[in-house]
Order: sequence, then C-alpha cells, then structure tokens
Amino acid sequence: MNDVTLLTRPQAQDKTVTTLTEHIVEIVSDSGEGAQRCGQSMGAIAARTGYGVWTVEIIPAEIRPPARSVAGASGNRIRFGSRRITNGGNETDLVIAFNEQVLLGRVRAGELKPGATILLESMWREDRNKAIAASYAEVYEQVVAAGYDVHEVPMERECKTIVSDPRRGKNMFALGMLCNIYSLDMQLAADQVALTFGKKDRKVVETNIRLLEAGAAWAEQNLTFKYRIPATPATEPLIVVNGNAALALGVLASGMEVCAMYPITPATSASHYLSDVFERVGGIVHQAEDEIAACAFALGASYANKCAVTITSGPGYSLKQEGIGLAVMGEIPLVVINVQRGGPSTGQPTKVEQGDLLAAMFGSHGDAPKVVMAAGTIEDCFYSVITARKIAETFNMVVVLLTDAALASSQQPIPRPQFRETWLAPPADQSAVPTDTRPYNWDPVTGLARRIIPGQPGGMHTLTGLAHDGQSHVAYDAEINQQSISARSHKLAALQKTLLPPPVFGPASGEMLVVGWGSTRGAIEEAVEGLRNEGRTVSSMHLTFLQPMAPGIKQIMAGFKQVMTIEGNWCDSMDDPLIDDSNRRYTALAMLLRARYLVDVDCWCEVKGQPIKPALIRAAILRKLQTQ
Amino acid sequence: MPDTHIAPSATAPSATECLLRLHDEHYDLEDYQSGVPRWCTGCGDNAILTAVQRLCRDEELPPEKTVFISGIGCSSRFPHYMKTYGLHGIHGRALPIAEGVKMARPDLNVFVNTGDGDCCSIGAAHWIHAIRYNMNLTVMLHDNQIYGLTKMQASPTSPIGLKSNTTPRGSYLEALNPLTVTLGVQNVSFVAQAVDWIPDVLYDVISAAFHHKGTGFVRILQRCPEWLPKMFEPYVQDPSRIKLLHHARGLTLSPGTAKIYRTQEEHDPRNLDRAREIASGRDPIPVGILYHNPDVPCYEEVRHAGALRSPELIRNGLEAEFDKFTIWPAGAGPDAHGAAAG
Repeated sequence: MNDVTLLTRPQAQDKTVTTLTEHIVEIVSDSGEGAQRCGQSMGAIAARTGYGVWTVEIIPAEIRPPARSVAGASGNRIRFGSRRITNGGNETDLVIAFNEQVLLGRVRAGELKPGATILLESMWREDRNKAIAASYAEVYEQVVAAGYDVHEVPMERECKTIVSDPRRGKNMFALGMLCNIYSLDMQLAADQVALTFGKKDRKVVETNIRLLEAGAAWAEQNLTFKYRIPATPATEPLIVVNGNAALALGVLASGMEVCAMYPITPATSASHYLSDVFERVGGIVHQAEDEIAACAFALGASYANKCAVTITSGPGYSLKQEGIGLAVMGEIPLVVINVQRGGPSTGQPTKVEQGDLLAAMFGSHGDAPKVVMAAGTIEDCFYSVITARKIAETFNMVVVLLTDAALASSQQPIPRPQFRETWLAPPADQSAVPTDTRPYNWDPVTGLARRIIPGQPGGMHTLTGLAHDGQSHVAYDAEINQQSISARSHKLAALQKTLLPPPVFGPASGEMLVVGWGSTRGAIEEAVEGLRNEGRTVSSMHLTFLQPMAPGIKQIMAGFKQVMTIEGNWCDSMDDPLIDDSNRRYTALAMLLRARYLVDVDCWCEVKGQPIKPALIRAAILRKLQTQ
Repeated sequence: MPDTHIAPSATAPSATECLLRLHDEHYDLEDYQSGVPRWCTGCGDNAILTAVQRLCRDEELPPEKTVFISGIGCSSRFPHYMKTYGLHGIHGRALPIAEGVKMARPDLNVFVNTGDGDCCSIGAAHWIHAIRYNMNLTVMLHDNQIYGLTKMQASPTSPIGLKSNTTPRGSYLEALNPLTVTLGVQNVSFVAQAVDWIPDVLYDVISAAFHHKGTGFVRILQRCPEWLPKMFEPYVQDPSRIKLLHHARGLTLSPGTAKIYRTQEEHDPRNLDRAREIASGRDPIPVGILYHNPDVPCYEEVRHAGALRSPELIRNGLEAEFDKFTIWPAGAGPDAHGAAAG
C-alpha cells in the first residue's frame, strides 16, 4: 500500500536540491475542490516531520462562490521550517493553483513573493469554452511576464488515470507533489492520508494514497528542483490545533458546564467542536434563539451554579452588551469570548481585525468595569479560558476574552497541556449562609463580596440590575450609588495588584519599544528579533491584560526612546494632509497607553483583513526609527 | 408534607426529631413575604403576589430552592416581594435567564414574572422559543394591556383605539393575543388564563401551571388602576362576561365560584383545536386551563441537565480530546509512529 519504490523511478534531468530553513506554501482551488484538506494534511505531515508549522485557512466569504473567480480562492497556507514558527510569515514561496483565476486572486492580493514558484493546473489551456482557454492563456502570460517561475501541471489528466472524478482527487495529487518537492517521508504522508480518510472505507484510503504517490512521481519526473529543510523531531508530545479548538478545549479544562451561543463567523467553529465533545464531560452547549438570549442564558446558568461562557464575534458582542451590564451590576461571574472579525456592522466576517478592544472595555452603558484579556497565541487561547473562569469567579466579574479570526483558523503544534485539577471550578457552594450576611458584603478595601448562590439556606435575596445597597435592596438613598460603583470599580484595582509586569521581549532599554496585543504577537516578535540581529535596539511587549493593565508598564516604556503600538485596528496616518495632532485618531491600545501613562505613544496599523506580516511591521519600525 | 421527610431509613430520626423537623419545615405566609409592595392600591399585581405566596406555603417550597425571575416593568418588581431567591433582570430577557438557571440547576423551582411589554414586545423572540424549549418553568404573564412603569404607552396587547401617551388619537393596530400566539407554537404544553379579580381561580390556575412538568404559561388579565381604571370594569361588574373552563382533567370549580360565574364550558385541556377557538374569544373572557399536554419533553431533560461530573470525568474527556490532536515524539505515546495507523 505504501509504495516507496517510486524513488527509483526516472528522475527529471539535472535535479537541483536546495537546503532551506523555511518555506511558505499555498494550495488554492475553487471552494469544494479539497485544497483545504490538502493544506491541512500538509501541515500535519510537516508537524509530524518535526518542523515548526503555522497554517492559515484561505476562506472565501461565500459557501459556494462562483467557480473560477478571483474572489473565490479557497485553500490553505502552510509556513513550515526548522525553527519554531509563531505566525503566518510574509509572502508565499510556492503555490499550487487549481485554476488561473484563484491564482490571480492571490497575485492581486500581493500574497506571492517576487519570483515565487507556481504549479498551475494546465487543463484550462485546452478548455472547450474558448473564453476560459483565452483567460487561462492571458493569465499565464501575465504571471510569466511578472517573473514568477510557472510550471504547468496536467493534474486532471494524471488523476484521471486513477479516479473517474478528478475533482475529488486532485488535492491528494497536489499533496504528493509537495511531499516530493520538500523531500518528505512518503510513509509518514501515507499514514496521514490514512488518518484523514480513516473514517471512510479502505478503498477510499487506498485510492487517495495512489493519488499521493502519483503526484510525488510526477514531480520526481518532471520538476527540476527539490528542497530539503532540516527538521528537529519533537521530544515532547505536541497537539496540533487551531485557536478555536484551543478555546473549546480550554472551556472543557476550566470546569465550566454551560456554553450558550448563537451561530456567528468566525466564532462558531469553537462551538461546533464543543458541541461534539462537551456532553461527554457533562457539559451543555445551548444554541440560543439569538445573541441576547445566549448571553442571558449563560448569565442565568452562572447565577445559579458555576461560571458559564458565551462565545461570539463582533455583531454578537454588540447585542450582548445589555446582558453584560446586568452581570457587572449583579456581580455575576461570566466569561464572554469575542473572536474578533472585521467591523463595523457585518464588516468582514471571515477576516481578521482587532477592532473590538474599546467595545470590550467600555461597552455597555454606564460605568461597567469588566476584565478584558487577549490571547496572543494559540496556546494562550487554551490557557486564557481557564484563567478567565478563575478571575470571573474570584472577583464576581465579567471577563471578556478577545481572540480573532487569525487565531481562530490558524493551526500550530503546541506542547500538550498537562491536566491539573486546580484548573477546574469547585462545586457550587450550597452551605447555609450565616445570619445577617449581606448579599453584597463589599470589602471596603478591595470591593470584593462573597457570592451567594441559589440553594444556600439563609441567603435569599433578589439580585437586581437596579442600583442597590449591600442588602440588594433597590437604592433610594443618594449615597448608595456612589458606594456600589466604588465597590465594583475597586475590584479591577484589586485584580491589578495581583498581576505581574508584562515580560519584555528583548533588552529592557533601547531605541524603540513595540507594544502589541492579541494575534499579532508572533509577527511582532519575529520582526523585532530580525531587527535586533541587525544591530537595532528594538524590543517588544505584548499585553495579555488590557483591563486592568498590569503594573510596571510605564517604567518599562521609560526604558526606550520611542514607543509604538502595532495593531489591527484603525489609526489615521500623520502623512494624510487632513490629519494633525488635534484630530488624529489613534489605534485603541495607543490611545489607552497615552491616556493612562501620559507617554507620547505612536501607532501603526493595517486593517486589510489579513494577518499583519512581519516584513510590514519591520518596515513600519524602520520608518519610525528614521523619522526621529 | 412530602413523604421523604418521614420515610424510614438506616438513619431514621426519632419520633421527636421528626416532629421537630416537621415543625421547622412548616412554612407560613410570612416565610415568603419580603418588604411592602410598591404597587398602586388596586393593582392586579397584588392579587397575583398573594396567590403565589399562598401557593408557595401550601406546596411548602423551600425558599432557598425557589427562584423568581423577572424582566423590567411594574410586574417585574415581583421577586423583590418574595422572600426567596430572585433575579430582577433586564427588559424582555427574563425567560432566557430563567432557562439558564433551570439548565444549570434543575433542582430549583423557577418562576418567571413578565409583563405584556416585557414578554410580548421586547422579549417576544424569547417567549416563542421558551414555549418551544418547554423547560420546567412557571411563567406568569401579567397582562394589564398598558406600559405602566414608563407612564402609559400602548402595549402590544392594548386594544385598538386605546388612547395613550404614544397613541393620543387612539392606537392603530389590533391587539396581539398572547393565548393564540402561544398555542400556535410547536411544543406548547400548558396554556391557561386567569383574571386578578377571581382570586380562587387565579390560585388554582397558577397551581396547575406549577404542577405541570414543562412550561406552564399563565396569562393573567390584571387591572391597572392608575392608567386604565375602566378597562376591565364591565367584566368585573358582570360575571356572565367571564367564561369558566372546567373539566375532570382541568379545573374543578368550587360551588361558590360556579354559582357566581354561570357562563361555563366543559373543555378538555387535551383538545388543542378547541383550545385555539376558545383562545380567540374576547367576550366573554375565557378563564381556566385552555391546553395541557403533560407528555411534551422538557428541554433540560432532553439535554440531560444536572448530569453528574467529576474531575476524573473531565480529565478523561480532555485527555481523549488531546489524544486526537497529539503528535508523539518517536518512541513515546500510544503509537511509536505517532499516527493512528489502525
């Protein structure tokens, strides 16, 4: 079944083998042609080989966009290399495209490195539809003229010798080509294909392995290049997950029992996965009738038992604001996960943006202090949920956990977490409440009060969203609102006192400190490290807690001549003739840092819906260093 | 008293202890009363509160195991006047909050108090879906056909032509009928109607809703002496304009009540078609149980709410999930190749 003899088959003449440290590969097709599965398998094989890997899904906005359309590219982007990889990197080195239009989409998006290698399905050249044939020829000429290294591959023709419907097989043929090009272990690849199609019958697995081998053989015979990237096999168990799966696993590991949600891109896949597995550990995913109900349901479950979670994205987050306000007012612990996408309004549902930070911090009317955390890595997505649940229950607060579309659909191998019982929530307290205990027995220093849960004898009271006193009685006295707002506010300060200063990536002083939050972490650190290797004294700091902000940040910033944030939310450019100091809108974090620390923090942003590339960050840093 | 309190067991208490416990767990009306209601004199909410406090006492509901959940409006002040747990939430969202409570804690008695604005306007989506979920809740729709707390605006159940602060020349639309709407939802299991001025029937209807396993939906027509003092006056004055529904499977009328309210119908609450016809009638006002189907599954049971969990169960579940995504180093893990070769 696993034919290794193909290595002895005829080779293309003058094969050159180049050794590299890393490469970025894309497989793009029309939606439904399997490029995503090919890419995922490639990512898994790379991870099993021992490479650092980061895969990103290329997702069109529609389920079935028109065939052969520039906007319809669907697929996967795999960055893999000898070192640990923390982000999607810069432009693509090699792309396999199933038609010229999806290729054109990637070229126009600026995703291909100059001179990148293109393996292009050639069947369209002979298409009976003259318009298609002409379009193919035109794009082919265009990309060749642009200096790309284009190789036409008769994928369909080759696959037809194995399967009757090549649309259902090309992806494994493409995977076979990649295995050959990158000198990957064919046994490992065959095992991965068996795993991918394992649920189907043996015949399906065998056919796909034949396609894999055919792709490898074709590349061996027809391509004149090959790459070798040294690998370091893993010494500890790793799990390969995307950010949304990591969130769902975090919900399991946190001991929460209820997740209420309403379908919304790009958050839903977390709930899909959780729906599949949560019941096995006694949990429930409730798909509510709307986002408001999802928040209210989670809040009700939390009020009566342990902390619950609701998972959403931008528009859903807006709808939950009133419920979040009630949880703040009633001091009901609640975890709200917002997998950010492009906004405002419906915005860009499948694309990344970091536009919800201020809404997370200041959303809901009135003074509604809540904790805001942001996951910076896929690993963070897992552990942050556990931390969020603990903070929510310790401080009886709402904890908003921000991730985004980039983390949601990117995969990376991370160390397999070692389960600890301390992650879990203790059982709900059902002991009798001592007489004369007030439901809001606010500690005058920290603002903290013991939480009383239904079922506790002697603790009966009515929780209300109205301003209330320590007895939870509606406030008619002028002093009470002042006191209760103060208590709820103090909880943030009390939490802040328990936080450690954020670590600085690099030396504690220098020309510039770059500050970021969320999914940009890997790209920022890669850019900063690259500049340091060239002798520039640039460091970075990534914030996990946005509200409250950890102590020591001002002192850290003081060690640098300049501070600049890199963010995926809008800021006006000072190059714009209309913009000056008096009207410039800063990125969210820059505005917060300026306001809190009175430091002249600059900012740079990109809001194109794509993860920000390290090269762009590097250029932005260099430009800022030169202007000073 | 529930049998469990006196059931013999290995650790059966002595007869004296039993008596003491019986004494301790006997509840009086005061055990459910909290504060002085700030409703207007003559407000129908007072009658509902009295009926519910009587019900809690008669059913000996442990106050700590009982939760009243409400939205916003005059009626939604209800939980503040019960000496049980309560959650006075946000406008329109009492039902989803109550659903979350019930899902997390099926052992609690959960009541919902909502008004015609709260339930039928801002919370209408939740109302429809709550009926569909059919969780074991007792829902009281306090329907006074007007917004009271915000000072007299037309509500969805206001009759057409009603002059209010937002409809000074009379309201424009036909009133929404909460009974026909509820009876139109798949999975409906209990629908009843009561009026605040017949306290015994009000009590019986809420009691039947409480005993029903599923969502017991009771619409209560209540008088608002402040904004609509004359709205129900003709019906209060003329008992023949109330039609009492009775049946062996529904309410049994006391001789006193039957004597006053002579317009009656023997209606089988399993008959959904007839229930819908009765629900459409406005004059006389139907009072009693329109529909009752005890066999509709409850969502919390379908979803196995209250399942026992242990750290071990969670650990095993989590490790099994990790296994699905794990790449083992050579020579480690369940398979030396790191792939599920089987």
